[in-house]
Amino acid sequence: MSATLEAFKTRAEAVSAEVHHFTSRKEALAFIQGVLREEAVSEAPQCGAVWAAAGFLDGAEQADFSARVPGLSFLVTREASAAAKVGISQLDWGIAGTGTLVQDATAVEKRLVSTLPPIHIALLGTDHILQDMGSVLQKLRPEQLNYISFITGPSRTADIERVLTIGVHGPGRLIIVVVDELGRVTQ
Amino acid sequence: MTTQFKDSIETALHNPNLTGALGRFSEAYRISRAKAYEGIDFEAVRDSIADIKCSASSHFEELAEQFKANAERRGAKVFRTSDPAAVKQYILDLAKAQGVQRVVKSKSMASEEIHLNKALEQAGIEVDETDLGEWIIQLAHQTPSHMVMPAIHMTKEEVAEVFSQEVEEGQAPDIPKLVKFARGKLRPKFLGADMGITGANIAVADTGSLVIVTNEGNARLVTTLPRIHVAIVGIEKLVAHVEEILPILTALPRSATGQLLTSYVSIISGQVPNTDDSLKKLHIILMDNHRSDMVKDPKFKEALQCIRCATCLNVCPVFRLVGGHVFGKTYTGGIGTILTAWFDELKKADDIQGLCIQCGSCVPLCPGKIDIPGLILELRRRLVVEKGQSLAMKAIFGIVNNRRLFHAMLRTASVTQKPFKQGRFIRHLPLFLSDMTDFRSLPAVAAVPFRDVVKGIVQPQGGEKVAFYAGCLIDFCYPEMGESLVKILNKAGIEVLFPDDQTCCGAPARYNGAYEVAGQNARDNIKALLATEVSHVVSACPTCTVALKHDFLDTFKSLGATDAMEDAKRLSAKTIDFATLVKQLVDAGRLTFKEGETLEKITYHDSCHLKRTLKASDEPRDLLRQAGHEIAEMYECDTCCGMAGSYSLKLPEISAPILERKLKHIKATGAAKVVMDCPGCVMQIRGGLDKDGAPIQTVHTAELLSDRFL
Repeated sequence: MSATLEAFKTRAEAVSAEVHHFTSRKEALAFIQGVLREEAVSEAPQCGAVWAAAGFLDGAEQADFSARVPGLSFLVTREASAAAKVGISQLDWGIAGTGTLVQDATAVEKRLVSTLPPIHIALLGTDHILQDMGSVLQKLRPEQLNYISFITGPSRTADIERVLTIGVHGPGRLIIVVVDELGRVTQ
Repeated sequence: MTTQFKDSIETALHNPNLTGALGRFSEAYRISRAKAYEGIDFEAVRDSIADIKCSASSHFEELAEQFKANAERRGAKVFRTSDPAAVKQYILDLAKAQGVQRVVKSKSMASEEIHLNKALEQAGIEVDETDLGEWIIQLAHQTPSHMVMPAIHMTKEEVAEVFSQEVEEGQAPDIPKLVKFARGKLRPKFLGADMGITGANIAVADTGSLVIVTNEGNARLVTTLPRIHVAIVGIEKLVAHVEEILPILTALPRSATGQLLTSYVSIISGQVPNTDDSLKKLHIILMDNHRSDMVKDPKFKEALQCIRCATCLNVCPVFRLVGGHVFGKTYTGGIGTILTAWFDELKKADDIQGLCIQCGSCVPLCPGKIDIPGLILELRRRLVVEKGQSLAMKAIFGIVNNRRLFHAMLRTASVTQKPFKQGRFIRHLPLFLSDMTDFRSLPAVAAVPFRDVVKGIVQPQGGEKVAFYAGCLIDFCYPEMGESLVKILNKAGIEVLFPDDQTCCGAPARYNGAYEVAGQNARDNIKALLATEVSHVVSACPTCTVALKHDFLDTFKSLGATDAMEDAKRLSAKTIDFATLVKQLVDAGRLTFKEGETLEKITYHDSCHLKRTLKASDEPRDLLRQAGHEIAEMYECDTCCGMAGSYSLKLPEISAPILERKLKHIKATGAAKVVMDCPGCVMQIRGGLDKDGAPIQTVHTAELLSDRFL
């Protein structure tokens, strides 16, 4: 594991994110399928999964996944996201210094899958982890992109008696899947 | 102070939930903040924040226009107004035109400032706060007590009761369950709302971006699900360039909550698609509400450098006792006092400005480099100018301004105090004066003041001369501290002169806003202290030292007394505190400690002015260690003892619990002596220990060192 990835993992885990590292895209997809199974994703109410997969999985791969995981939808709507247990999306960049994920979230689907379901699975390319926020803002520029999201760990509050409680309005679990070969396969 | 205000303090102090929660938080906060800043050069970060915000406030007009042009180019509609009523009207008109019935809000102090919810509700619109703390206080019909943690004053039991009464019966005081309940109840509100209202932590002029920082994720939902997004942004949130958000985002989460970064940061720049593929209507309201008046004020412009992290609340020894509600309805704590005076009106700050104990704890930690106690003192000064000093204060200051009368009265006091005196203490005073002796004994006025004692001391002649500025407490209550100082400096071959015409340093007048009185005190002292050529003017009272070194200049500046500035600068250059001077003499080999002494374990209390204004915290410790003492550091060694001059007379109910904490921490060290460099702190702590009965001696560093040199 590279020092950058190591630092990212340490920081992200310190804020209660789960970090898993895989060499190949195939292993990563198998892992995601495993999580969906563990979480008993199905067509039952509030048990679905939504995946903002545009630009990552092609049509055949999506069809294959849908066939294996009933309840998983690649059509990300407000209703499907509100009824889902798991949301999946690819994130553009990571920040090692704070364990943060960063995304051009202008497309509303990307925000729906990472805000409404209680679990968010975030895919990230190993070579897309940079040192700090300044470096990321060179890549994702606010002068060009209308909605940039920084996500650091799951949703949290300490508003009652300062007791840290995970999962208020956003996801209570953030599962980060870091993949070495992710970047090369996507485009 | 009004009775109503005194009552609100009383209520807060007797709320154990409040003082318990805030006390624990203030202790944990310091640790988590320090940890979050590991590896970060805080001084460099805050220098750049202060520069960025200072430059932005100098160019509000240009930045606001630039922001408007850039945001509108990207599809937003930007409305600029200085009038809170116009903000409300704009939102109401928009809601009406767009058929809005339900609004969800993420936290916005600007909306609290203008009481927006009330206006929306009166128009028949359903409004729900979605930040958990804000939702709780909305349901409880309260106002936020803290800028970052609005409901910190409430216990889980109280929250459960509010939820049970206002939302659904039977909620248990179990925090995870209460949070889950809130999630469940607010989710349909997010999904059903037509309009989302947010604030913004930063607005970037050159990109038209809003930066919104949250932990709960509510702002992401508020800006994603409803078809309309309205952001209310105070113009002080503007910065010129996008890279300027970096130092602010470095400091804000670290200082606010001890996090490296909050869970979510969203940078929204123009319109984004809605879930039905339409484009979201984005309305940004740039609100002035007296902010540009502050820009025009040379003193208060600095307050616009605030990033709303609430550090000044979290480290304030008074805030942790009384909480936020005594400060008013919107902005609380130190910075809140200043903002209330401007956004609301100066006289609204009349009572609350008196809460600031002027300890300076917030100054070195403010990411915007705002001199909060300095600005509060300036409010105090302006209030006195505006409405005059009370008759009682006028009478007191009239006496203080006449040295002969003042000193004659102190001498008389040494006789008239007899019925109340027990040894060197006054333990009980009758009637309304009893507040002063309830929680600590007061020192009796000495039979012979230092000004008389000094005449009998035989000193080395013909060598270096320094002038000693004693200050009232050493002169009239603790002459032995002055004798110790003379003895030590004599060992270095220095002759200590005592200019007889020296008088009160003016700090009591200044800290009560009576600058004219302080100015006269300054003139009298400068004349007395500069009359003879000396190498230094030394004082063993840090408050007096600060007066001579800094306050005289500032007081003259405020009064426009340019004729007095030159001499004030000369005095300032010569002025030095006792510990720093003695340390210099030791380092130069002019004073030598007796060898091989192993002395008892002591603990050291840092006096506010010595540590934070004069920056001398190592000097006294080095000297005490070199003398042979072991120092057992007490917890919160540099937290105010609660004395603060006349503060302990005006607000004894706050001074007493601050002292109580200090005594607890002193006792916990197991040291036989507590040492300090300020006679005011000695008065407070010695008096407190006397009432307490703990067998711990309170001594000034000078006294402890007086026999330790060869």
